[in-house]
Amino acid sequence: MQLPTLKLVCVVIVSMALLACSSGESRVVQGNREGILHFGNGTEPQGLDPHVVTGVPESHIISALFEGLAVKNPYTLEPEPGVAQRWEVSEDGLTVTFYLNPEARWSNGDPMTAADYVWSWQRALNPAMGNQYAYMLYPVKNAEEYATGKLQDFSEVGVKALDDHTLQVQLTAPTPYFIQLMDHHSTFALHRPTIEKFGKATDRFTPWTRVENIVSNGPFVLEDWQLNRRITVKKSDTYWDRDRVKLNGIVFYPTENISSEERMFRVGQLHYTQVVPLDKVPVYRAMADSPYVNAPYLGTYFYLLNTNKPPLDDVRVRQALSLAIDRELLNNTVLHGTNVPAYSITPPGTLGYQPPKLFDHDVARARALLAEAGYPDGKGFPGAQLIYNTSESHLKIAVALQQMWKDALNIDVTITNQEWKVYLDSVDQMDFQMARRGWIGDYVDPNNFLDLFLCGGGNNNTGFCDPVYDEMIQRQAPQAKTRQERYRIFAAAETRLMEQMPIIPIYTYTSNHLVHPSVQGIPSNLMDYVNFKYVSLDADTPVQP
Amino acid sequence: MWRFIASRTLQAIPVILVVITVTFFLVRLAPGGPFSSEKAVIPEVKAALEAQYRLNLPVFQQYTAYLGDLAHGDLGPSFKYPGRSVNELIAAGFPVTAELGFYALLVALGIGGTAGIIAALRPNSAQDYIPMSAAMIGICMPSFLLGPILILVFGIYLDWLPVSGWGDIPGDKILPAITLGSGYAAYIARLSRAGMLEVMSQDYIRTARAKGLPEWQVVARHALRGGMIPVVAFLGPAFAGLLSGSFVVETIFQIPGLGRFYVQAAFNRDYTMILGSTVFLATLIVLFNLLSDILAAWMNPRLRAQFGKH
Repeated sequence: MQLPTLKLVCVVIVSMALLACSSGESRVVQGNREGILHFGNGTEPQGLDPHVVTGVPESHIISALFEGLAVKNPYTLEPEPGVAQRWEVSEDGLTVTFYLNPEARWSNGDPMTAADYVWSWQRALNPAMGNQYAYMLYPVKNAEEYATGKLQDFSEVGVKALDDHTLQVQLTAPTPYFIQLMDHHSTFALHRPTIEKFGKATDRFTPWTRVENIVSNGPFVLEDWQLNRRITVKKSDTYWDRDRVKLNGIVFYPTENISSEERMFRVGQLHYTQVVPLDKVPVYRAMADSPYVNAPYLGTYFYLLNTNKPPLDDVRVRQALSLAIDRELLNNTVLHGTNVPAYSITPPGTLGYQPPKLFDHDVARARALLAEAGYPDGKGFPGAQLIYNTSESHLKIAVALQQMWKDALNIDVTITNQEWKVYLDSVDQMDFQMARRGWIGDYVDPNNFLDLFLCGGGNNNTGFCDPVYDEMIQRQAPQAKTRQERYRIFAAAETRLMEQMPIIPIYTYTSNHLVHPSVQGIPSNLMDYVNFKYVSLDADTPVQP
Repeated sequence: MWRFIASRTLQAIPVILVVITVTFFLVRLAPGGPFSSEKAVIPEVKAALEAQYRLNLPVFQQYTAYLGDLAHGDLGPSFKYPGRSVNELIAAGFPVTAELGFYALLVALGIGGTAGIIAALRPNSAQDYIPMSAAMIGICMPSFLLGPILILVFGIYLDWLPVSGWGDIPGDKILPAITLGSGYAAYIARLSRAGMLEVMSQDYIRTARAKGLPEWQVVARHALRGGMIPVVAFLGPAFAGLLSGSFVVETIFQIPGLGRFYVQAAFNRDYTMILGSTVFLATLIVLFNLLSDILAAWMNPRLRAQFGKH
């Protein structure tokens, strides 16, 4: 081969390689033009059966495919009409009547009826189903009895179809947050003929949710599901409120690795990320027109204290540990200021509720309390062990607190990591002295946090038991006439709880996302709730380099 | 030759049975079960879940039932992904992992083989030291470091290649293949150097040179076949390692392969998925070892002669 020819070949090869390699128009730009949202969704969903799945990624996809009796306004979190056009709550708060929208359709064109709900709630509550979120329907009369097998006859459960479009629900006690629960996927109606075509109603593993089988009722329908790759949904043409749906489709990506997710965002493969790696936060925050969004989230990060095991059986030791923590310092250094220091179990501003703040960072009092408990300047303190599930950020926090306790109280706390399932086992068996814990609210109401610590509650895990507290949460609060009165009772209960300090609140979670500037209609809210009906893409947004 | 293959195949069966048995009981010994979760699960729900997955039966009965299903090629339903069978998850993930492993092997052979041969031609010179030091760095550099570096350079700064995906955007298979292959390239470089060095000092190479053959012909026609035997022997375990060890690369590049399912299954205590993928991979590893033994035997004249006698 002669030299000039060789050169030419080289030039052609190199330019072809470059052409093939340059990514061209990014997915985000193309998506803006075509109305397709590219959504980083955390993990591959377990499945799409609303009565089976439990995770947040699943709930995103399901909220696009299905719709409850009521949905939430993403700006205010107040309930809005979904399948139900309107609803009435009786004077005594015990009867709720839903009036279904006659236009509401299944994606195969079948009309939606009140009977769909009766059948679906029976499925959701059926003990054989093993629905871990069945308790969302427990406010309904006799629902808990049916779900735990104490009651066999579903007709005694308080849900009835008065006619095709009227659903009447009887509650055990007034439940101010009941309408909110209608937006949770375990209360959704499912298409009976589709499910029964593939097996028993209560079978968990039939293929009814596959692309070729599924029938749903939400603003979008399932178009494509490639395991561990992507789930694509497209706008439904049977949805009653389709004129308000602005997106033509959404692609959900499983983005387990948060660094990879951030890189995908950076090169224009994603409109929206589920999280932001902590070490990237300062960089994004410093940007002009930053895509970084940080907002309070309905969740608390705390440590469980085992009140049955010495030395933590002494309330003074528990208080000393809590008072010795400088939460502001922790948040500003280790957490890059991304969260909010917490002094209570209920996040502040939970639908207007402000938890009492009973203490602050107070080393002098912490030392005094520890001395009173018999360990002046930490002398004679037998030590304590803190367990956490393996994770870099849990470790960083634990190390910081370990140092604060050493400095302030001169006591040694050892920290031990455990693999997730081992850790769950330890917490469940109360085989620990201190354990890291997080709690994310299922619905916006203080009750969702405060009822964790009822005597012997499944998620109590501290040994805390106070009959007066139980009385306030279970009897007094539901009977309260006004929201104000109810919150006063909650505040009094929370005060009792925090005086006994069976937990050490550390911080209130925040949601952290990277959102492309073209995305409209995903406002920050306490539940990190996205209503895809509200989302639109602005095709004119300039592309960032 | 056939006797050799038959006896190795028969040896493989008890190995796989042991793998199944040990894995079956080991996963059940691990603390925490498939249905433990952060929010307490009420006993009724837990019982219902266990009944749906036969976990309420005595362990030995579960074991025999599992073996029975396995004999029919049924690996059972996944615990973590209700509605999916383990067969289905493996069928979805394995082709991707195998493709990735294949490209990685090509990368490893291309880079490693070339480097090793070049190094062996002039031992103890710069031509030897430079590729071999690079190989050493390759062995030491873990893929969770190399992957992000390659992404930063080629994906973000230069913007030549996609940072994630598999078969979605043109060119998205290049970086994962290089990341996964480079560690093996390093091994192959060292193996092929050693193999070539040994062969190059043999009498028949001297004969070939004495015939007046040009050096490249000596290498390509005479030395290569003998010199590559250690590499070929390594290929079986290497490919098996690529298949079972691609988890890190799959995670970094968001590749929908089997590795991610496999490792997640262990975290999730997805008993059937752990068992299914272990049995599947164990069978493959046995198979690849067998293949590479056969190939090595075929390439080695001395062993070939032995087979001839039988």
